[in-house]
Amino acid sequence: MKSFKHKDIIALRDLTKEEIELLIETAEGMREINSRDIKKVPTLRGKTIINLFYESSTRTRTSFEIAGKRLSADTVNITPSSSSATKGETLSDTALNLLAMKPDIIVMRHAVSGSHYYLAGKLPNCSIINAGDGAHEHPSQGLLDMLTMKDRFGRLDGLKVAIVGDITHSRVARSNIQGLTKMGSSIYLAGPPTMMPPGVERLGNVTVCGTMKEAIQDADVVMMLRIQQERQGKTLMPNTREYSRYFGLNPDNLKLAKPDAIVMHPGPINRGVEMSSYVVDGDQSRVLKQVENGVAVRMAMLYHVAGGELE
Amino acid sequence: MSAESTVILDMAGIRRALTRIAHEVLEKNKGVDNLVLVGIRTGGVHLARELAARLEEIEGAKLPVGEVDITLYRDDIKGHSAHLPVGKTDIPFSVEGKKVVLVDDVLFTGRTIRAALDAIMDHGRPACIQLAVLVDRGHRELPIRADFVGRNVPTSLKENISVKFDANYAPAEVVLEK
Amino acid sequence: MNLLIKGGRVIDPSQGLDRVADIVVENGLVKEIGSGLAAPAGAETVDASGKYVVPGLIDMHVHLRDPGLEYKEDIVSGTRAAVAGGFTSVCCMPNTKPVIDSKAIATYITTKAKAEGFCNVFPVGAITQGMGGERLSEMGELKESGCVAVSDDGRPVKSAELMRRALQYAAGIGILVISHAEELDLVGEGTMNEGFTSTELGLKGIPRVAEDIATAREIMLAEYTGSPVHIAHVSTAGSVRIIRDAKARGVRVTCETAPHYFTLTDDAVRGYNTNAKMNPPLREADDVAAIKAGLADGTIDCIATDHAPHHIDEKDLEFNEAMNGIVGLETSLPLSLGLVADGTLTLPALVEKMACRPAAILGLDRGTLKTGSIADITVVDPGREWQVTAESLASKSKNSPWLDETMRGAAACTIVGGKVVYQGR
Repeated sequence: MKSFKHKDIIALRDLTKEEIELLIETAEGMREINSRDIKKVPTLRGKTIINLFYESSTRTRTSFEIAGKRLSADTVNITPSSSSATKGETLSDTALNLLAMKPDIIVMRHAVSGSHYYLAGKLPNCSIINAGDGAHEHPSQGLLDMLTMKDRFGRLDGLKVAIVGDITHSRVARSNIQGLTKMGSSIYLAGPPTMMPPGVERLGNVTVCGTMKEAIQDADVVMMLRIQQERQGKTLMPNTREYSRYFGLNPDNLKLAKPDAIVMHPGPINRGVEMSSYVVDGDQSRVLKQVENGVAVRMAMLYHVAGGELE
Repeated sequence: MSAESTVILDMAGIRRALTRIAHEVLEKNKGVDNLVLVGIRTGGVHLARELAARLEEIEGAKLPVGEVDITLYRDDIKGHSAHLPVGKTDIPFSVEGKKVVLVDDVLFTGRTIRAALDAIMDHGRPACIQLAVLVDRGHRELPIRADFVGRNVPTSLKENISVKFDANYAPAEVVLEK
Repeated sequence: MNLLIKGGRVIDPSQGLDRVADIVVENGLVKEIGSGLAAPAGAETVDASGKYVVPGLIDMHVHLRDPGLEYKEDIVSGTRAAVAGGFTSVCCMPNTKPVIDSKAIATYITTKAKAEGFCNVFPVGAITQGMGGERLSEMGELKESGCVAVSDDGRPVKSAELMRRALQYAAGIGILVISHAEELDLVGEGTMNEGFTSTELGLKGIPRVAEDIATAREIMLAEYTGSPVHIAHVSTAGSVRIIRDAKARGVRVTCETAPHYFTLTDDAVRGYNTNAKMNPPLREADDVAAIKAGLADGTIDCIATDHAPHHIDEKDLEFNEAMNGIVGLETSLPLSLGLVADGTLTLPALVEKMACRPAAILGLDRGTLKTGSIADITVVDPGREWQVTAESLASKSKNSPWLDETMRGAAACTIVGGKVVYQGR
């Protein structure tokens, strides 16, 4: 029988194929709850979940909050006004203060890669779920993306998945690469060379493509990443206009993908930059389905780490 | 199968028990009007389908059968249970105002039934819920009793009772293991 | 105090010596090296049988954090760590508070070191006032007050024009410029080496070319001005190649590397280990190989530790927030002996890189056991195994990537100016 033995979920790199399958299957079961009139089960009654978001994210935080509430946990949102980078309280002190409130699970988003491992080291009796750390991983996004792909194709094995955009700064790309490789998919990356991190082809079953066309040719899934002028800075690309000419998805180049291909985006979307509105709102778009699956996936994550007692 | 196991009910015995339960259900409910079956995953689901087949033979009416997974309603979530996969709850009809016959294979502490009752209630407000089990082995920890029982089997806590199903999910035998 | 160091394998490359011999030390000087020497009257005997007896080790790159940052280290604790690691002299970098850019601070250090320290301390003054990268410091006065070199270590001199003038000016005074060679635009917000590991960990990378470009710039400026320059903590294959080529052309460039650059790769960062965070960052396997090749062929002149103590509160943090640097004084000797064990260096060549060359580069009258020279002597026990623990380290700070690891080799006895200042177990 499949079982889940981790206290924390910090990176899909740390999980086995079987554990990822279990999380996805559990999420499939959780979806039934979300379709009921009474969207609540008593599973995590009496458990306290703290959503600790050092970076603002309405979407992910709300999704985790709803997931916790649908499992009857008490959820508390904390959005520190400043990160420790601005010399406020250290993460360690914040964590110890929160610990005094006896949470069972802390869901954290933090700008520093790896900070969840640091936090987990400080809190041996509390589960840590990563809601995004720097440019490292975003495991719940990776899982909901995989669930959305599985919904469409019934499998992940053998899928050709194109990921287009700023791979260097993308935790979404890293979690998908880690997860999809374990599930047997092939990943094709495209983006300006300024946004392609060194050695990325060694992260998994990854092919780095010279052009976007090459990546999306015959793809089953086309995943577009968000371009943020403020994150990419002034040196990685001339401007969004030129970026979108070479790396934007539109109805024309989408035809290169398989006819039944789906289009995904972790959101929020810059319409007209990484994707044209025709694609965002088109039949092949699974953008809203991703959001819907997000709640079920996060319920599954909360459920499995709440199992407590570990061998 | 362990050396010290005894078959309590064979296939024919199970069939007779289910046929009797079917008649009792009909008698108590004065027919199949407004009646639905819900099996507890996984054994109870197979039995519910079997019971539905008996009722159809007798009354000629096809009853809706739902399945309920109680994992998310367990009261021992701190233990190992959260590591169990969550099964699918599938009740493809409204339970609102229905007479629900909840079906399980073995009635033991009553905790599973308590969880299943909560799960069904979360889907709506039935007119009533009745409980049908193939085996009642005693040792209740909650004030729960079955309306329809295939066989009462007094057991010790060390013993284990399991209902085996064949490849087609038809109940094959009930085994007592020491 | 007089000493007889008996029966050790005396290795002194400065006079081509490598044989079992006794050494007599009188009045702080080496009196005689020979066989079967008798102890002078009232002399203490150091049994060195089975051990190496070498010129006192010199670490030309440490941070003693004194004045101003004594919560990390001070002259007493830092020199205690130095002698425990077999060093008889250390050069302390100027990024103290205030910066070593005046006679007052330099004198404070030399005076305190003489009074309370365990080994010789030679301050390194700042290249620019306050290490601000704008005006040259008073190098003449710094030299007069005991500074043996100038450096803005920790911070490269960004302006090529200023660096050119610093090299010219320093050459006129006769003081060595030590360059922290890094192109800051390329370093950006990087926190570890840029490569596969940084990609996997999602940490911003520092490309190797950031060091290579700066090394090349310093060499070209040295070549143009005809002045000497010393490149600190060389970590990349590119820097080694550039320095090798420059030396072949006759450019007056010398350089050092640190033990972590020939023993660790950026794999050590995995797990977001802040004790593997330093600047320059740990590189990759081919860089380690190039560093070893550079040590072997003489491109890299010496081994310095870049001993950089930090308080636990500055290291027990998320990776990005943690400070750069590790303590190194007490692990340098065993890690460097590893170069002999793996065939990279002969034992005399290692002694040259840890004692003779640093003395020659800095113009110190040390790094030798010649008769009449100052008796700075290290007795090395090559076989002693010991575990690196917070308790075993004499430094105030414990930020070592080798915590809990077992080291082979240690100082058995450290002698400064003819005085035994440290004796190992």
